Amino acid sequence: MAKRILNEQQIGRALRRIAHEIVERNGGAEQLALVGIRTRGAPLAERLVAAIAEIEGAPPQLGAVDVSLYRDDVGMGSTAHLGPTDISFDVNGMTIVLVDDVLYTGRTVRSAMDALIDLGRPSAIQLAVLVDRGHRELPIRADYVGKNVPTAREQKVQVKVGEQDGDEGVFLEEDVDADGR
Amino acid sequence: MQTVARRHLLGLDGVSDEDILLLLDSAGSMKEVSARDVKKVPTLRGKTIINLFLEDSTRTRLSFEIAAKRLSADSINLSSRGSSLSKGETLADTARNLAAMAPDAIVIRHASPGAARLLADIIDCPIINAGDGAHEHPTQALLDLLTIREHKHEIDGLNVVIVGDILHSRVARSNIFGLLTLGAKVRVCGPPTLLPAEFAELGCELHYDLASAVKGADVVMMLRIQRERQGHNYFPTLDEYAHFFCLTEEILAEAASDVIILHPGPMNRGIEVASEVADGPYSVMMNQVANGVAMRMAVLYQLIVPGAGGIRGSEVTDRQVEPVVASGGRA
Amino acid sequence: MSDRTRHAKPILIRGGRVLDPASDVDEPKDVLIEKGVIAALAKPGSLDADGADVIEAKKYYVTPGFIDMHVHLREPGYEYKETVATGCMSAVVGGVTSVACMANTNPVNDNAAVTQYIIEKAALAGLANVFPIGAVSVGLKGEQLSEFGEMAEAGIVAVSDDGRPIMDCNLMRRALEYARMFDFPVIAHEEDLALCEGGVMNEGITSMRLGLRGIPAPSESVMVARDIELARYTRGRLHVAHLSTAESVEMVRRGKADGIDVTAEATPHHFTLDETAVDDYNTNAKMYPPLRSRRDVEAVREGLADGTIDTIATDHAPHHRDEKGVQFDEAAKGIVGMETVLPLTLELVRQNVLTMRRMIESLTIAPARNLGLDRGTLAVGAAADVVIFDPEREWTLDASTLASKSNNTPFDGWRCQGKVTRTIVGGRSVWEDAQ
Repeated sequence: MAKRILNEQQIGRALRRIAHEIVERNGGAEQLALVGIRTRGAPLAERLVAAIAEIEGAPPQLGAVDVSLYRDDVGMGSTAHLGPTDISFDVNGMTIVLVDDVLYTGRTVRSAMDALIDLGRPSAIQLAVLVDRGHRELPIRADYVGKNVPTAREQKVQVKVGEQDGDEGVFLEEDVDADGR
Repeated sequence: MQTVARRHLLGLDGVSDEDILLLLDSAGSMKEVSARDVKKVPTLRGKTIINLFLEDSTRTRLSFEIAAKRLSADSINLSSRGSSLSKGETLADTARNLAAMAPDAIVIRHASPGAARLLADIIDCPIINAGDGAHEHPTQALLDLLTIREHKHEIDGLNVVIVGDILHSRVARSNIFGLLTLGAKVRVCGPPTLLPAEFAELGCELHYDLASAVKGADVVMMLRIQRERQGHNYFPTLDEYAHFFCLTEEILAEAASDVIILHPGPMNRGIEVASEVADGPYSVMMNQVANGVAMRMAVLYQLIVPGAGGIRGSEVTDRQVEPVVASGGRA
Repeated sequence: MSDRTRHAKPILIRGGRVLDPASDVDEPKDVLIEKGVIAALAKPGSLDADGADVIEAKKYYVTPGFIDMHVHLREPGYEYKETVATGCMSAVVGGVTSVACMANTNPVNDNAAVTQYIIEKAALAGLANVFPIGAVSVGLKGEQLSEFGEMAEAGIVAVSDDGRPIMDCNLMRRALEYARMFDFPVIAHEEDLALCEGGVMNEGITSMRLGLRGIPAPSESVMVARDIELARYTRGRLHVAHLSTAESVEMVRRGKADGIDVTAEATPHHFTLDETAVDDYNTNAKMYPPLRSRRDVEAVREGLADGTIDTIATDHAPHHRDEKGVQFDEAAKGIVGMETVLPLTLELVRQNVLTMRRMIESLTIAPARNLGLDRGTLAVGAAADVVIFDPEREWTLDASTLASKSNNTPFDGWRCQGKVTRTIVGGRSVWEDAQ
């Protein structure tokens, strides 16, 4: 049984707040890029870019990274879908905000950082996530968090976004096996 | 998530359209890696891939080596010259020795059809067929399909012509299996001596006349004519062969206006393809080469990475022999 | 009469169904064997045991021992694959009491000395009877006639270059003519080497898919046609070995109808399997002639049914596993066959392709006549070569437990129906099923 813990409106508000926080912290959209971690981080990054464009009048750069080629273990979930990494701007000297839907063990974010660093030398990397569910296995923390949701390992947090799933919401599922994400 | 039943890439015969498309899609991601400044990702770090090339090849072996290295794997080359094989060791014994060294994958090219299958029977790691006699050369066909899809977007319904020594060509066989699976209409063209009637049973149209074969074609694939075939009476002389089967501008005019021309290389200019055509705007041969590395990276990725999709149905099972009338027989 | 025979106890086979096409018997009878011959056949229960070894054969068939006129015993020269002794053991396990062995040994059996050697080895083994076949040409080179006469005096029953074809038309003609002096057949291995061109399996859809060089069907039929014409012209005796194609069967049919002295054999694998058995490069499906198309298999079965193919012979061809465990195009050609001939042939009876009588005929009196052997029957006074088998018994073939030294068979793991329970050669029980 899945419980909806965030609905569409709540997600919208959280993203708008995060957009403001990103702009405030980085003093504007210059030298700023948002890179979504596939697959669900990508549409979220797109929305953040649109929100920042509204606030600042100009959008930051947008990209997407697929971490399949940088995974460190099978437990990172299915690799059935190998998608393209799409970063068409020069990474060097940019402040890059990685965007993902759920922050859990931190391994996906570590892989995403490796992928970025293989492309050049960003001046800074920050992290924005919609949900932080705890249970970090690496020293990684989010700079911008939509909602903190303490969970047990057996639980599963699932994010659905309109662009990919039709429905929109954050769901908490009980009784899944220990490495469910 | 797809069920993981993959083991090997021995050929495209029997590989589903889903799995072929998955491989083509994966190659797209790999192309991006080759476009970077630092052309390396850590995906296969610490994996050992042995290139067992027992038939001469520079291009394919190089392509596999680069593919492995771009994925951070350790790529080791073994050829027949100066190896235990030239001292009379059988392929099966070589395989057993290699198995003892626990490789993560073996890429094999050999003159005997079924050599890759023999390895798969003996060694417990993914086997990739880089060409086994006249049987199959699946990675070549995959990169050809990738190239065709890049230019034509959809393979289903395309008119494809394959010209040349179909009888002896593993590139032809793999391409025919792949193209038919993806819904293309395949014509094969060559002299009757090199065009076995059984290809019609597979679903191809047989043509002995190049102009009529090429008429309206969206894709023309020219195969190498090996000079060694002369003297075995498949055709009188290379001159006569070229006279009837060389792709000239005149004949190419019969094809669709946006036709593309492929050739697995190396090409015999003036025999299979006229120079003007080879260097002309319709040729996509250089794309094929560029796609080769990405395609092979995708294959290595799908077969070696534990969580990857794999190629379903490619497990090798114990051989079962069935009687002609199925009463009695197998336990 | 050998010492062994003289001192053997009498044997009484009780309650079995005797099927002897040669003497037109097909009914339950008790069989008494004494001093190496069939002493009496009588109504069940009517014979006295009287010191004889009794074999209960209720529900079993009792037939003349099978005569396999195409076997490779590999000795001398290839003892690592099989020896006369192990080959004869394989024979009797399969119910074969007489074996005609081919000459492609090393040295070739093209002279009396090798013929005698083989016969002596067989006598030492004391299992199946062995009748050597001498080579047509010296060294099997296809150039010069070997000494048919000297070998005949040493005991050959036919000549053949089997393993190789006789490509030289004129040599084949001379062989057919010269063999008339000895009244034995020239057994022809029909294969046009030029047409074969390095082929390793039947040329057809499977060879096309697998990328293997094919052997076209005409490579057999053109030679069958040639040899039938030569037999017609020379009035010699021709026996066509291991027929495999529909066209060949039809030619033999017409040849027989024309009154030519031609006989023919087919192997169990050629009436059981087709070219698809090679799928996945199964080297245990590689032999010459290759497994053919389904249509050819049907034609071979029809030929057996109507008597065009008068004989079943296994072409038992043992090869070491090192010779089969390699790439298909390098693997040795041939499979063993004596231990599977019964269940595979019974399958044809079960499928109503052959009657039981026709089946036994093709394994006993037909090969006996072809080779001029005074065997293949259970008439009173005949040599006591008998096989008793249970046509219903089901068992699973395990290649690793074959009596032959080699285990190159495609039937490994098959569920078989039909098992030899007892084999008697010259009045002595030489093999008994453990069950």
